[in-house]
Amino acid sequence: MTRLPAISCRVVLALVAAASVAAASPQKAAAPKPPSNDDCLACHGDAGAARADGRSVAVLPDTFAGSIHGMGGLACVDCHADLATLTEYPHAEKLQPAQCATCHDKAVAAYDTGVHAQARRTGGNLVAAMCADCHGSHDILPSSEPSSRTHHARLLDTCGRCHGNEEIIKRGKIEIGNVVDLFRDSIHGKALIKSGLSVAPACTDCHGSHDIRRKTDPASKVFRNTIPGTCSHCHEGIGREYWESVHGTQVAKGSPLAPVCSSCHTAHDIRRSDVEGWKLEVIKECGTCHEHSLETYRDTFHGQVTALGYARVASCASCHGAHNVFPKADARSTVSDAKRVATCQKCHEGATPSFAQFDPHADPENRERNPLLFYTAQFMKMLLLGVFSFFGIHTALWLGRGMQQKAADQLRRRKDKDSTEDGE
Amino acid sequence: MSAQAPAGGRTATHTHFRRFDRADRLLHGFLMFSFLGLAFTGLPLLFSHEPWAATLARFFGGFTSAGVIHRICALVMITVFTIHLSRIFRRLFGQKDLGILWGPNSMVPQPRDFFEMVAHLRWFVGLGPQPRFDHFTYWEKFDYWAVFWGMGIIGGSGLVLWFPESFAHVLPGWMFNVATVIHGEEALLAVGFIFTIHFFNGHLRPEKFPMDSVIFTGRVTVKEMEEERPDEYERLKHTGRIDEFASAAAPPWVYRLGRTAGGTAVVFGLLMVALILFGVLR
Repeated sequence: MTRLPAISCRVVLALVAAASVAAASPQKAAAPKPPSNDDCLACHGDAGAARADGRSVAVLPDTFAGSIHGMGGLACVDCHADLATLTEYPHAEKLQPAQCATCHDKAVAAYDTGVHAQARRTGGNLVAAMCADCHGSHDILPSSEPSSRTHHARLLDTCGRCHGNEEIIKRGKIEIGNVVDLFRDSIHGKALIKSGLSVAPACTDCHGSHDIRRKTDPASKVFRNTIPGTCSHCHEGIGREYWESVHGTQVAKGSPLAPVCSSCHTAHDIRRSDVEGWKLEVIKECGTCHEHSLETYRDTFHGQVTALGYARVASCASCHGAHNVFPKADARSTVSDAKRVATCQKCHEGATPSFAQFDPHADPENRERNPLLFYTAQFMKMLLLGVFSFFGIHTALWLGRGMQQKAADQLRRRKDKDSTEDGE
Repeated sequence: MSAQAPAGGRTATHTHFRRFDRADRLLHGFLMFSFLGLAFTGLPLLFSHEPWAATLARFFGGFTSAGVIHRICALVMITVFTIHLSRIFRRLFGQKDLGILWGPNSMVPQPRDFFEMVAHLRWFVGLGPQPRFDHFTYWEKFDYWAVFWGMGIIGGSGLVLWFPESFAHVLPGWMFNVATVIHGEEALLAVGFIFTIHFFNGHLRPEKFPMDSVIFTGRVTVKEMEEERPDEYERLKHTGRIDEFASAAAPPWVYRLGRTAGGTAVVFGLLMVALILFGVLR
């Protein structure tokens, strides 16, 4: 489904390219006859063709003929436009870059707004990818071809040439580091690589292809508050639930704090939601904003068990829901007065309205909310303090006196012994 | 130890006095080990934020299996408590022994306990002579009632937390919050008290160091009796009942067992105290 628009877009671009080639021909009639592909291949078609410094400049005729441009009948000079007026051979080694924009003007315009172009332009970052880095040069295939560099299943390798390469990550100052490693073991990565699922997202599904922008750029597909929309392309049902929730409505209003998908699920190393370690991590994530709720949760059996590292008991989402979180006063909330008993019953089958009076966030220091708990906690505090103070002093005094007594006894015994020996 | 025959015309083999009968010693043994089991499986929850807590829970096979061990130990302790109560009732109603309600053989606090406590404190600071104790001292009574109250409170709140759905029929749900606080704080009190104060009073104080094996052998020497419980000693002599309690030393294996069991408990108890202090002070 999601692939269709991309394919039709490419078809249109190919047509545009063919049309522009056709349109360009008559205009060039007056100029000297440009070299034909055969002219170029006379030299470059030799597998051993190389520059003075030994770098290969070979273009194997079959490779080019099998590429989309070769099949479309494009001439060498359509891309290498500065060679069209050439009359002397061999030509200079230094040429203008191939002019992709001649045909792919929209793609190039999109690219120009992206992080790769920006890095080259402003940062002078010359490792940032250009057209050929992702698409190849003389062997470009449409992304619908499984052997294309830009085919869905091969994107990880293509992007990974830089984003999975420590050397380039360092030179390009790519902040996030090796994302390919993170992604490979994620639920999306496994679905894509191991299971070969065509619906599993590859890099471009979230980041876009030509107009990849920084996550801090509000126009980016991975801009914080745009993320739920991006994820909803596939996770449509959850997206609907989320946009209704208290978090979703806050994000829609532009809140910079309310959690988006990646706040809990992370961006690249997304794990299955039934993985114990992840469930425990999410509790802390909720606690970054709901600090006091986390504190009081940790005082309860539920919170203590999860703190020990076991996810068998209730965590935040068990009661509040994951994507459908609402304030308690909202009737849609799973902890609302109307729904709370049913929520308890998910684990405690015999739960009754009386049972549901348990306060999962009881605060022993809050007299208004939990009066009996407050007084119990105060009493226990006094009891512990009283007992340990009294017996602490009692023990310390006894220890001192006991040791003194023991020393005196030993001294006396020694004296007795001495006097007996003297007497003998 | 002292083989000298004291007044009462007893033979040289009567070097000891019987203080605890076999049932008392066995009950204390079961109490001890169930208490250690409860402490080591329960405290990881109370200190779940401490790094050692997870290690300890893993040692018991994870939280689920630690919970099972905790409940087994709880059942053992409840059984000990029940047997103890039934023995008291038998003495009171079966044998009509009113001496357990008042007098020297009673655990009930009495005015003399208060005066002995004051006198003992005065002796600590050199303001008076050592008080002359009888069968039970004030600190022994405190230990007893602390454990008695502790078993009732921790046991009761523990059962509420074990079967919340059943108890919710008679209690409002917020009582589980109260029960959690009581169970945890009272457990902290019990563990802290037993592993420091009780250990000191019973074993580690200079007079007894490194340990007193009376709770394992059931017997004290004549010398200990004369020095530590002179009032009881005199009383037994005067009432002519001294032969009733006279006994030989326990067999050597009982001493060995006592030293091993007691020593193990002290080591593990002090380890627990160290972990708690690490958690509280950090």
